[in-house]
Amino acid sequence: MAEAKYIEGYPEYMYKLIDKVHKTRQKRKDYIPPAMSMEEREETLKLHPDYVAGGKRKISIGQNKGDFGTNPVVDLLEAYPLVEEGEVDIKKVDYSVDIMVIGGGLAGTTACIWANEQGISKDKILLVNKLRHGDANSIMAEGGTQAADREVDSIQRHYLDTMGGGHFTNKPDVLRALVEDAPFIIYWLHELGAIIDKEESGDFVEKWGGGTSIRRLHSCRDYTGLEEFRVIRDEFRSREIGCIEHYPAIELLTDGENRVTGALLYNLETGEYKIVEAKATILATGGFGRLHIRGFPTTNHYGATADGLVLAYRAGAKLRDVDTVQYHPTGAAYPVQIIGYLLTEKLRSSGAQPVNVDGEAFVFPLEPRDVEAAALIRECYVRGKGITTPVGIRGVWLDTPMIEVKNGKGYIEKAFPGMRRMFNRYDIDMTKDPVLVFPTLHYQNGGVETDPWGHSTLEGLWVAGEVSGGVHGKNRLMGNSTLDTMVFGRRAGMSAAKWVQSGKKGGKLTLEHLHRYVETLKKAGIKPQRRAPMLLPEYRGKAALARMIDIF
Amino acid sequence: MKGEKTKRLDPKEIMERIATASRPMVAGVEEKDVEHWVTIYIMGRGYRVPADLTILTAIEYAGYKFIRGCGCRQGFCGACSTVYRKKGEYKLQTAMACQTRVEDGMYLVQIPFTPAEKAPYDIGKEEYNVNVFFKYYPEVARCVSCNTCTKACPQDLEVMDYVQAAIKGDFEAVANESFDCIQCGLCALRCPSEIVQYNVAQLGRRMYGRYSSPEPEHLLTRIKEIKEGKFNKDMDKITSLSREELEKLYAERERETD
Repeated sequence: MAEAKYIEGYPEYMYKLIDKVHKTRQKRKDYIPPAMSMEEREETLKLHPDYVAGGKRKISIGQNKGDFGTNPVVDLLEAYPLVEEGEVDIKKVDYSVDIMVIGGGLAGTTACIWANEQGISKDKILLVNKLRHGDANSIMAEGGTQAADREVDSIQRHYLDTMGGGHFTNKPDVLRALVEDAPFIIYWLHELGAIIDKEESGDFVEKWGGGTSIRRLHSCRDYTGLEEFRVIRDEFRSREIGCIEHYPAIELLTDGENRVTGALLYNLETGEYKIVEAKATILATGGFGRLHIRGFPTTNHYGATADGLVLAYRAGAKLRDVDTVQYHPTGAAYPVQIIGYLLTEKLRSSGAQPVNVDGEAFVFPLEPRDVEAAALIRECYVRGKGITTPVGIRGVWLDTPMIEVKNGKGYIEKAFPGMRRMFNRYDIDMTKDPVLVFPTLHYQNGGVETDPWGHSTLEGLWVAGEVSGGVHGKNRLMGNSTLDTMVFGRRAGMSAAKWVQSGKKGGKLTLEHLHRYVETLKKAGIKPQRRAPMLLPEYRGKAALARMIDIF
Repeated sequence: MKGEKTKRLDPKEIMERIATASRPMVAGVEEKDVEHWVTIYIMGRGYRVPADLTILTAIEYAGYKFIRGCGCRQGFCGACSTVYRKKGEYKLQTAMACQTRVEDGMYLVQIPFTPAEKAPYDIGKEEYNVNVFFKYYPEVARCVSCNTCTKACPQDLEVMDYVQAAIKGDFEAVANESFDCIQCGLCALRCPSEIVQYNVAQLGRRMYGRYSSPEPEHLLTRIKEIKEGKFNKDMDKITSLSREELEKLYAERERETD
């Protein structure tokens, strides 16, 4: 490395290849490959990791027995608990609340605010966080939030775009709630004081998203999730709602039948456990990027380990679409320090094109994400037109300088400060040179099944955000995830509050469901070598781990 | 690369190739594959780590499992605030551990928590003028313009400038200068006047977002239309269509022209 020559942040051989991108830019400016037909999409998808054999298997126990799930998810569902019935004393209750929300991203925080707005006292709501309040995928959302608020747009059009992107597998009633609430959510954000990009006229700037038929995306530069979350967390803190951090729920408690009644929490630092009794529980634990499904790097935060799926499934909730995974087409592929990091789709909405080693634009830049990702894999591994980095990762160029060709000089600085800063740290100037991209594991399309109010199939359990399944079907469209978190966070918060206000009392606290689950695992012949929830991924160095002694 | 063109891989082999190439990023580097090493000092103790790693991944390589000091791992959440000094230098530097490559001779410590007051307020009830800053964060007037906050900011924001803008009641400048703030807390910890800059900025941004521009009329119109049931018939219809009917409708969709 010390010997290798670097130019503008790239090794010399890679930098020389960029020349072809520069030379073809003018030509590509007026030529965008056409969008694929449905048949072409289908053909391309054969290279999407979801559709390549060897990635999934049937779930052998529980509510979804016989359904397919990706291997790492099924591994976690077919795993033994961290503690078993009898190992902890659940009679002594530490917190007794009306509503417990597990997971403090956009969905969970929104749920707390709306439960409070609905009349539940701030002292009777408890937000439980595995890491800090806000260590979530929500704040990393860059591109934007969809809402059909332009006069030329309609909510049924938003519905149809989303359905098509999801291969017509989305749950209609839940999707209807998503698109009908969307404009209201944007207004709520505005009322809270979120700074959403606006034209000089005061109208919102609305951008393209992959797979949409009209411009519908509302952004806050390229820090959309961060801005939305900062504002919502600030509102949460202004309301002084209860919150504990670094205290994940490691199991739900039930009344022994079909009702969720609380949770078992674990202090990650001291190892002490606590018991929460809650009349209603809202699960908002996010997704599963850190499972590195099919070996892909991920855009997800440190705690995205599918804990919510495991907890809900053991309690008896039904899941759906856990056989699909969203790979974001444009993860960073160079330099090595940022491999898999998200390069927002908004770059492509603003004119950046995927370009191969010969300088050709080979794909319509805004296909639905699964199709776009598969097209990039094809370019690199079937057509052999990728660029290989010094560590052996292949990728294609994302021609970011095209953004300023189309939108004028200075546009990147204004619209993509986060992206620009990230590459600058590695001496790459994305306004001058393209960046290298390859698909990265991004989103859990499926999850715990709900009704339009976020209610799961269990009494007393609501679900919101990425941990839920149905609204996106088997592939989510851009701009629908931040929307999902706030629409269903709000709905779950309000619905759970009303349920509590109808006079519901707390139920018995037991781990009987866990006992039954363990019996089923044993009966199915599953060996107790795997434990779940995972809580945190393992990234410690192999050499250090090999010589570790566990004393305390 | 040319040679690879000739061998046609089946999709399963492609997946394996991708997984193999990604393994160092997913499962950690193998010692035998590392060419260049540096020595860093985690809270004073030296560790030899691969030179390609970030501070965050280097601490993990050394054997630490993060509970605090690690969140999004991609520069958005502000969990991995780090202070370091390089051997032989007097200068104390700040960084986000996930966004900074290790360098030989770094002495580093993470500061994963900032004790700071956040004032409670109802943004809908505040008046859009400078007094809001003094009402909730009166210490903002203690700024001595030393610029230490700006130097501490790992996002390279002009922190002192937005504090000064707040004192002047310039909401637009506060919002724009602070927009990329990830609330890591390093400015507040370095401030000799004990100002919590990032909370001041949060208040300023919310005021600006709420009050600086006229109400979004087209949005309000759409919300009213939805409430009045303008789309109900169309929605009833589209949600009851069969898959074949939806597919047809979807294929016929017209794309808006730019």
